[in-house]
Amino acid sequence: MDDIIPNKKLDIRGLKCPYTFVRSKLTIESMEPGQVLEILLDYQEASNSIPKSMEDHGHKVLRVEKINATEWIILVRKEND
Amino acid sequence: MDFTEEQILRYSRHIILPEIGGKGQAKIAKAKVFIIGAGGLGCPVGFFLTAAGVGTIAMIDDDFVELSNLQRQIAHSTRTIGMPKVDSARATFEALNPDVDFIALKQRITAENIMQLIDGYDIVVDGSDNFPTRYLINDACVLMGKPLASAAILRFEGQVTTIIPGVGHCYRCLFEEMPPAGLVPSCQEAGVLGVLPGIIGGLQAMEVLKIILGKGDVLKESLLIYDALKTTFRKVKVPRNPDCKVCGKHPTITSMDGANYGGDYCQG
Repeated sequence: MDDIIPNKKLDIRGLKCPYTFVRSKLTIESMEPGQVLEILLDYQEASNSIPKSMEDHGHKVLRVEKINATEWIILVRKEND
Repeated sequence: MDFTEEQILRYSRHIILPEIGGKGQAKIAKAKVFIIGAGGLGCPVGFFLTAAGVGTIAMIDDDFVELSNLQRQIAHSTRTIGMPKVDSARATFEALNPDVDFIALKQRITAENIMQLIDGYDIVVDGSDNFPTRYLINDACVLMGKPLASAAILRFEGQVTTIIPGVGHCYRCLFEEMPPAGLVPSCQEAGVLGVLPGIIGGLQAMEVLKIILGKGDVLKESLLIYDALKTTFRKVKVPRNPDCKVCGKHPTITSMDGANYGGDYCQG
């Protein structure tokens, strides 16, 4: 898979639901359509719920990757304003 | 708009809604709402709009808190009996949300002062308890083109409507003239179950937030009638009256100068 270079990175390690999504949403709102956000998190439930909520909000989830025992990276492309 | 950590937590349940988000919350924070009356309706409207983070809330009322208010007027308390209602409400609302700029106006709204007072506000809320004030507020809002969240309550029934001047009906399209004083229930006939203004005021607050957000449908061409005893909501279509005295094709009310809204009505 080609490497995707994110336009912005967000570290929400230590946060739990719903603040994991609140933070992610506020950050993607501040970006331009077409830009990619990389989210780094360590709350397991959010590794499922953030991609689902981002899709519900009309954005495109490009990748969900478990990078070690406790951390995930999610890449989301902003699709609408 | 950049939110503080506290604001992100406080408004998180708004922010996660697709219809609101950070952008919608920023709109709420910029909004200026003028509430007329600090009684049964004004209290819940002010309470929820304060909780929602509306940037500026003005509230006008010249009355003082009485023990008999506390069965329904949720911004006041046993401790604030005897205080001006707007000061009692200020204490409650400032404790609830320090983000909100609350402007307490301890005076009556009149034909002379209304235009100047509501100038600069985005939306007006009618929480008044008498017909002359209701018509006064309607006419001023129509003349100034200001959205008005209007409501009334009595016994077990409440009515809510939203007036968007130039778009939908106004209060005079709905009820052309004030009822004669003798037909209006007197104070001892005008009981109200305390929860009722909470429900109706909650609906008004919801209308205000939807106007601010530009989301959903407001009651701009209809009247919502709630019957608490039967537990029914009825939504009635309300047409504009082309002959309306204030918003019709040939209005006869074109300014507030010299207008007479007096009437022998039971106050409070």
